[in-house]
Amino acid sequence: MLSDINIEVQQREVIVIFGRSGSGKSTLLRCINFLEEPTAGTIEVDGVRVDAAAHRNKGARESIRGLRTHAGMVFQDFNLFPHLSVIDNIMSGPLIVKKQDRAEVEPLAHDLLAKVGLADKADEYPIRLSGGQKQRVAIARALAMQPKVMLFDEPTSALDPELIGEVLAVMKELASEGMTMLVVTHEMGFAREVADRLLFFHEGVILEEGPPSEIIANPQREETRKFLSAVL
Amino acid sequence: MTNATVYAIGLLLLWAGVVVPLTCWVIVRATKARAWGWVLLTTALLVLGVLPATIAVIVYPIRAHRRVPFRVWVAIVWIEIFVILATVFLLAGFDLPWMREYGPYIAKGLWVTILIAVCSIILTVPIALLGALGRLSRNPIAYGVSGFYTSFFRGTPLIVQLFLIYLAVPQLVGGLGLPETIEDIFTFDAVVAGIIGISLCYGAYMTEIFRAGIESVSHGQREAAEALGMSYRQTMRRVVLPQATRVIIPPTGNEFIAMLKDTALVSFLGATLEFTESFRLAQLYGKAEFKNLEAYVLVAGMYWILTAVFSFFQRKLEKRFSRGYVRAAAEKAAEGGLMIRGPISGQPGVP
Repeated sequence: MLSDINIEVQQREVIVIFGRSGSGKSTLLRCINFLEEPTAGTIEVDGVRVDAAAHRNKGARESIRGLRTHAGMVFQDFNLFPHLSVIDNIMSGPLIVKKQDRAEVEPLAHDLLAKVGLADKADEYPIRLSGGQKQRVAIARALAMQPKVMLFDEPTSALDPELIGEVLAVMKELASEGMTMLVVTHEMGFAREVADRLLFFHEGVILEEGPPSEIIANPQREETRKFLSAVL
Repeated sequence: MTNATVYAIGLLLLWAGVVVPLTCWVIVRATKARAWGWVLLTTALLVLGVLPATIAVIVYPIRAHRRVPFRVWVAIVWIEIFVILATVFLLAGFDLPWMREYGPYIAKGLWVTILIAVCSIILTVPIALLGALGRLSRNPIAYGVSGFYTSFFRGTPLIVQLFLIYLAVPQLVGGLGLPETIEDIFTFDAVVAGIIGISLCYGAYMTEIFRAGIESVSHGQREAAEALGMSYRQTMRRVVLPQATRVIIPPTGNEFIAMLKDTALVSFLGATLEFTESFRLAQLYGKAEFKNLEAYVLVAGMYWILTAVFSFFQRKLEKRFSRGYVRAAAEKAAEGGLMIRGPISGQPGVP
């Protein structure tokens, strides 16, 4: 349950959301693209504005789909399409949703695959990839829609420790290129290095907010201090 | 035991298991002394056995040198079973010339069998898909209608449904006092009534299969598709159904095979001359000539071959849809076939 969440994310801003499990941080991400249905409030991404109260009518469903095409989502458990090869996974958004030409999308997809360091895996099926590779393909799949913002829902939580680095590296590169990002993670090293702003979630509200230097070095609230001492 | 000993014993068993029963059969045919023949035959078959003979003669020498593929073993067992069956049938006075003469006539009915089966399959798939989407729908009308449909058609015998469609529906339409043209439309030919009945009945079973298949696709898949901006239709068609298909194919193949066999029930509706399926023909010819054994064995064999061909294509299809679900090592093992490893000669042995 979330209440009284009011955030504005600037272009090129990287926001890291952290907090105990059940504190509502994933719910916030999932509300932004309506995978979870908010009961009240307004969400706006790149000019597409959806009011929660109206989300059931047909027009709102259209704008929710429009909103989703602007917001790329990366899931904790990857959710690659197992029946499609890696390259077809990446092209699925542009081909199916935007109905673009295959010839037009394919070079872009190969570029994205090279960017996440998996140029040689185009024709593999997801089952043959490691967790880290799967997550990098999932990032490329989201990027193929050329989103305005990327939502990362605990992208490294399902990975073996030695595979976390390769995924974080891709995310760092993305941030340095100026992608707007909302990241739910417990990787405080990543937060310190990359984030512009940290949000600490506690029981459905934003308890503390600020640049990483302040929050990590000098947390104001007892709950924040406790959580940080547990994860750091 | 040396190879030579085993080989000698094997030859002896082979002689006992094959030559003895064959001689018995010749004697029996010549003297009409059936009872004697039976005693000799069963003794020879059961006590001495054809099976140990072949194992000893064919398999053992090979096995001593290289591994014998599992499927070769299985093939040998199958051949044995057929040899035993053939011997028993021949002993019972099987009329081969009659089968040769009437086989082609009965086989003509296979086209009707295949016609009913193929038409029913083509109709069943969309019915089952619609039914499944109805069962998964939150719309009370869609859910209620598909629930009623599966409940009725799974809850009543197919043969009753066939008669309902063939005889009861025309009466119902007639009783409503509708114009004759409409009555004609609902008065079906036996084959057409068969196709409708079988499609509806199997459509109900397959509704449940399709529903389970669709539900087996993880919720995360749907979320990933929706997060990319796909609509319900796109999510279903491009993400959920292709994955559900893999799960659906094996049980659906079973339903198709059952369906193929159940086409025989159409014969109870009676049939016009040019559209009579095999079972009915076998019944007619067999009864007329007192050759029931021959006729039914023949028609059973025909159904069996049809379903075998069907299973073959089903396996091909399953393999195609398992792409993306098989790791490299498992794939290689599957291609090589299942092997039983025997001793390999030239390997350093353990003293």
